[in-house]
Amino acid sequence: MTTADTVVSKPAKLTSKQLPKATPWVVAAASIIAAIVISFIAFGGFNIPVAAVLAGLINLIAVFVLSASYEGRRKAVDRVATTIVTSTFILACVPLVSLLWLTVSKGGAAISGDLLTRTMLGMKGVLDQQYVAGEATLAGGFYHAIVGTVLITVAACIISIPVGVLTAIYLVEYANKNRLGKAITFLVDVMTGIPSIVAGLFAFALFSTVANLIMPASAGIAKTGFTAAVALSVLMIPIVVRNTEEILRLVPMDLREASYALGVPKWKTIVKIVLPTSVSGILSGVTIAIARVIGETAPIMVTAGFAKTLNWNLFSGWMSTLPTFIYDSQLRPVSPGAAALASSERAWAAALVLVVLVMVLNLLARIIAKVLAPKAGR
Amino acid sequence: MPTSTQTTESGPTGPSSEPEAGQQMPSSKPDGRAPKAVVRPGDRIFSAATLIAGILILVILAGVALFLLAQSKDTIEAQLTDPSQITGGKGFFSYVWPLVIGTLISAAIALVVATPFALGIALFTTHMAPRKLAPVLGYVIDLLAAIPSVVYGLWGIALAGNLTGFYLWLSQWFGWIPIFAPAADGSVSQTGRTLLTASLVLSIMILPIITSLTREIFLQTPRLQEEAALALGATRWEMIRMAVLPFGKSGIVSATMLGLGRALGETMAVAMILSPGVLTASLVVSGNQTIASEIAQNFPEAAGLRLSELITVGLVLFVITLLVNMGARAIVARTSVKGS
Repeated sequence: MTTADTVVSKPAKLTSKQLPKATPWVVAAASIIAAIVISFIAFGGFNIPVAAVLAGLINLIAVFVLSASYEGRRKAVDRVATTIVTSTFILACVPLVSLLWLTVSKGGAAISGDLLTRTMLGMKGVLDQQYVAGEATLAGGFYHAIVGTVLITVAACIISIPVGVLTAIYLVEYANKNRLGKAITFLVDVMTGIPSIVAGLFAFALFSTVANLIMPASAGIAKTGFTAAVALSVLMIPIVVRNTEEILRLVPMDLREASYALGVPKWKTIVKIVLPTSVSGILSGVTIAIARVIGETAPIMVTAGFAKTLNWNLFSGWMSTLPTFIYDSQLRPVSPGAAALASSERAWAAALVLVVLVMVLNLLARIIAKVLAPKAGR
Repeated sequence: MPTSTQTTESGPTGPSSEPEAGQQMPSSKPDGRAPKAVVRPGDRIFSAATLIAGILILVILAGVALFLLAQSKDTIEAQLTDPSQITGGKGFFSYVWPLVIGTLISAAIALVVATPFALGIALFTTHMAPRKLAPVLGYVIDLLAAIPSVVYGLWGIALAGNLTGFYLWLSQWFGWIPIFAPAADGSVSQTGRTLLTASLVLSIMILPIITSLTREIFLQTPRLQEEAALALGATRWEMIRMAVLPFGKSGIVSATMLGLGRALGETMAVAMILSPGVLTASLVVSGNQTIASEIAQNFPEAAGLRLSELITVGLVLFVITLLVNMGARAIVARTSVKGS
């Protein structure tokens, strides 16, 4: 204890000179203030985009100069790279925040219980003009679109979940990397890249060809909710296959072998051992797939048209879904001119419902993956 | 484990209605052949069902091409007999050509804008953000992918008007570049609903796809290489440049190509934002059109030959995206063999 002061003269420096940890934040704050001041002086007014660009540039130069003069050139380059990479992330959040904010503020202002429970039946331009003039409340609604969304999505699920899951089982359990298995894997990859509108055109072409064979010159009857469901299935099957395949491959081989060793047939091993083990992953994959296709617009508009009223029949007549309702309301308002605002408000309200629906589905997928996951042994 | 390699070929089907126990064939058969596993009817039905499902995928994909082709018959006939019937009056190719160019331009812009951002975000979430925050930040970017395209369209329409000032500024300072050239009277689009706006929205839409793919690649960088670089005194950026980026090169290329495939086929954002017109070099005046948007905007009212035309245009789009996606897969396949 008493000899310590005789030994220590000065601790050897292991690190080179470094700026304090808070430096980037201080510099960033300073450059934002500087940018605001400059934009007031040079441009005679405050403009958020201009100031933001200015702040970014000032920040980069300041960071580089400060760091290069104190820490050396290599550290300075590192700091500049870090700043740029971080700002790409922050910049990418801007549209997300703006989009969600616009949806919540515009949709939230317009939405009401009436919109959710009424259809566009008997909708007239006069009603919208009265609303814009402040003489009446917002008329119309999108109950029919919600019903259409649910029906078409459920029908698409009924088609694509069995096909998708069975294909994944074939690939994992039976194909053994044979030629057919490789071809299917490749084509599933290709299928994920099919543009959604081409899927819609396919379903329409399929059903109108069939309709023409049964009843010539009746192409119109090809546009039904079921056609739309087929179109969505084309988009949904590859997602289900990919997700399920990934999960099935994670099931340990030991489980299968233990089952075979007990004399259980292969199909029963798959049904009773493999599938229950991976059910959480499969369900969450399916939910993700649903969330993906429920927001599809292009395939619906070429296959199911734009219905204004309620239609519960998947196999006859046009149907509307939330996305096509949004598109239709925004681009073809009930009353053109100033009163188009009313249609736009309905579109934003429907957009809010749709975004909430998609978010809930995504959240649900995460919850399913967590809650239903197999309990870890030991 | 003989049963795990069993195939669906016909084997000696034992008395299949018996309970499972005791169905293993005795190993000492008089004819001396190796014992074969019993194939039960359940097995046959199940494996047949999975096989049919798999083949159905092949059928669907073939069906997409076949039925689109079948519905294109009228257009092909018109093209061969009397090309002036086709929209534009000069035959199918001069009709589809501007659309293809417009599609490629918008996809290219989207890609040029989105790729650097995607790389930055992927690097940020894998190597720079605090460990605990990284998954949350990744989820934020995934949210961008979850938002339906029609909502992007709605947002783009609301946004477009605010961009006119920027476009005017672009045309004043960079008007000498053909893509930013103003119209003859020096003006730019009054509504902002130009191909550039649509492409910018498109770039936001493909951003999450490229990001999530490159993120996967960056996460696979060998940890030892990263640590070796750091141990030799590299700064973090030098480590990324020397270890992470070279490792992920092929992955980045294929991720970009998959993003390109997505951008080519994306319909709604362009269909809602763009007010279409003839092909022009300038992106800040109204004009231009993409394939997907042409179909979406005209299909609801189309009938007869026009309907067939639009389906043929769809077939063209299908072929283009197919080629791009196959190219991306081929790059992945080739480099993964060489790289490892």
